[in-house]
Amino acid sequence: MNFELTDEQRLLQDSVLRFARDHYDFSAWRARTGRGEGFDRGLWKQMADLGWLSLTAPEEDGGLGGLPVDTMVIMEGVGRALMLEPFVAGAVFAPTLLPHLAGPERTDLIAAAMAGTAVVTLADAEPDGRFDLAAVSTRAERTATGFRLTGEKSHALDGAEADWFVVPARTSGEGAEEAGITLFLVARDAPGLIVRSVRAMDHRRNASLSLDGVEVSAGALIGEVDQGFGLARHAVDLAIVARLAEAVGAMEAAYEQTLQHLKTRKQFGQAIGSFQALQHRAVDMAIACEEARSMTYLATIAVSSSDPARRQTIAAAKARVGQTSLYVARQAVQLHGGMGFSDELAIGHYLKRLVMIDLAFGNAAEHRRQFAAARAA
Amino acid sequence: MDLDLDPADRAFRDEVRAFFAENTPDAFKARVRAGMRLEPHEFVAWQKLLYARGWGAPSWPKEHGGTGWTPTQLYIFETEASLADAPVQYHQGLELIGPIIFTFGNAEQKARYLPRILSSDDWWCQGYSEPNAGSDLASLSTRAVRDGDHYVVDGQKMWTSYAQVANRMFCLVRTDPEGRKQAGISLLLLDMDMPGISIRPIITMDEIHHTNEVFLDKVRVPAANLIGEEGQGWGYGKVLLDRERGVTAATTMRLRQQLRGARAAAAEARMLDDPVTADRLAQLEIEVIALEGMVMRTMAEAASGKDSGPRASMIKVRWSELLQEVTEFWVETLGYDAAAFGPIGNGAPTEPWPMMGMLYSRVTSIYGGANEIQRNIIARRALGL
Repeated sequence: MNFELTDEQRLLQDSVLRFARDHYDFSAWRARTGRGEGFDRGLWKQMADLGWLSLTAPEEDGGLGGLPVDTMVIMEGVGRALMLEPFVAGAVFAPTLLPHLAGPERTDLIAAAMAGTAVVTLADAEPDGRFDLAAVSTRAERTATGFRLTGEKSHALDGAEADWFVVPARTSGEGAEEAGITLFLVARDAPGLIVRSVRAMDHRRNASLSLDGVEVSAGALIGEVDQGFGLARHAVDLAIVARLAEAVGAMEAAYEQTLQHLKTRKQFGQAIGSFQALQHRAVDMAIACEEARSMTYLATIAVSSSDPARRQTIAAAKARVGQTSLYVARQAVQLHGGMGFSDELAIGHYLKRLVMIDLAFGNAAEHRRQFAAARAA
Repeated sequence: MDLDLDPADRAFRDEVRAFFAENTPDAFKARVRAGMRLEPHEFVAWQKLLYARGWGAPSWPKEHGGTGWTPTQLYIFETEASLADAPVQYHQGLELIGPIIFTFGNAEQKARYLPRILSSDDWWCQGYSEPNAGSDLASLSTRAVRDGDHYVVDGQKMWTSYAQVANRMFCLVRTDPEGRKQAGISLLLLDMDMPGISIRPIITMDEIHHTNEVFLDKVRVPAANLIGEEGQGWGYGKVLLDRERGVTAATTMRLRQQLRGARAAAAEARMLDDPVTADRLAQLEIEVIALEGMVMRTMAEAASGKDSGPRASMIKVRWSELLQEVTEFWVETLGYDAAAFGPIGNGAPTEPWPMMGMLYSRVTSIYGGANEIQRNIIARRALGL
């Protein structure tokens, strides 16, 4: 039983915090988003140069073969600094999914993803499926040279920035059956693909997709025909634990800023942190941070384990981190008073990021439902 | 970062698991699962059983007769006990006064008292609270006046659990009425058969006689029964804060027992398919997992000698809140079965354990420092407010 980071992971943690200090000062962040800018390809290249995008790629593909805990270390910094770069795509989806690409582009594409020149994300949801990863009605029909894809995807995280999409489509089966789902790699400029980009409240740029007879070659297959669900599930589980760490970074930053505010803001002639009602609120926020960090550790350890209860642990963690992080962010706004409601402080932006993290891959209510279903099974 | 057990820990787990499977009395299980305390004679029997196995004091160092286990072993022990519906050990001797005696007591006191705590030949009760000193414990007014080789103790203690079966009491008394109120407090060890001690039972809402008022009328206590130095009694309690991690871990792991009971009751009532019930139960189970994660981190930190800050207090707060919610849920699932609390006259006996456990749980957010006091302490000491 060990919850310590290794020396390498500590160095990585320092490097993330240094990078955040150098490039993610909040006033610079606010100016950047105020100008309507999001993803900065220059910063992305620097992250790649620091090795962050190679961390969990397989060693045989030139990656470092790292573990989810390595991703966790970076994601905490991503959350704390409210980074705008598509880190889940770069550090989870690309290194998890691209190694299973059938075609000969595989090696070059993995190299490009690690170098920060290609962004690959997963279109994980459909309009009628809500959060159900298996609810795939997009069809893939065989053609002479490959497949033709037709259907709708309601969400691809950071999809507005993506150069490639991994698209689950049905090669057999129907409804929400896990069997019969196949994963395909689709280029952003593929004829028949419409990418509708939209900015989320946290200034991340996501997309929904329409595929109208998009032709892909047999080399665009990721994993086996009809057997794509397990791979997509694993990629999404890794993405979930990555975002849990992002939530922990964001909520702890919001909590720390609030604690500082309680000590310095004076009303009625005294620091407002001298009032017991606010002290107890701050303690409940601190407890919520401890719960979220503990849950994130358990899920991060579980995701790459063979524990039969691993999916339960991940669902439990997604639910509880969603609840506790939103509690902290909402109280952070409340305890900052009117300024907490303004756009000028980071506090409101932490709340907005945490609302989006809770939503990602299913919110707390959805994961509580998944947890209950897994317990009943 | 990993949750792996090394081979020695796995072997230890198997040994502990086999012990509990073989030795946990069936008669205890239903009440333990409901979060109830055992009867005093049952606590004594359980302690003697563990003592005979060499496991009388899982959290004590070897030199004082403890097991000297690592925090990981302690965690395994408590987890396995929980899985087997084995009870906790009664804590007032073992976890409250024992550690104070081996930390601050003199050689004679250690030799006289520690072995009898381990063997459960002594039952210790705690004379801390008073009618006017509850959350504000340091304002206690029971006086101890030095008279030659004795202290003469006058006052009243309140909420003294199991004073009716205890043969000894550790008691906070005021030896100096002047100055800062924490400074004039001393810790005295009393024998319950000393003249001048009388007891009045307090029946609590679970209809059990756990606790008492204790009246101290010119009780002559040998000065040799003073722990450490006069006027330092308040500070001795602080040793408990560092040990609290183990105690909170032990009790927190027991939430699984109450969850198991609640889930079984919901299954029996065919309510697991009801989405509202399934959702509430899932929420409780999820919150217990989060709390267990906090315990695991705390134990791992203890193993590597790291400070866990206020986490033990946080765990106490969350454990008591969850114990209340889980036992309330359990009773709700029983429907009208929850109305059968006890027989009338010679009527059929009932086993109202979930209801009694639910009622008992109300005290857990009050005792040992009410949760509001815990929050005050965390805010002051850890958050710097």
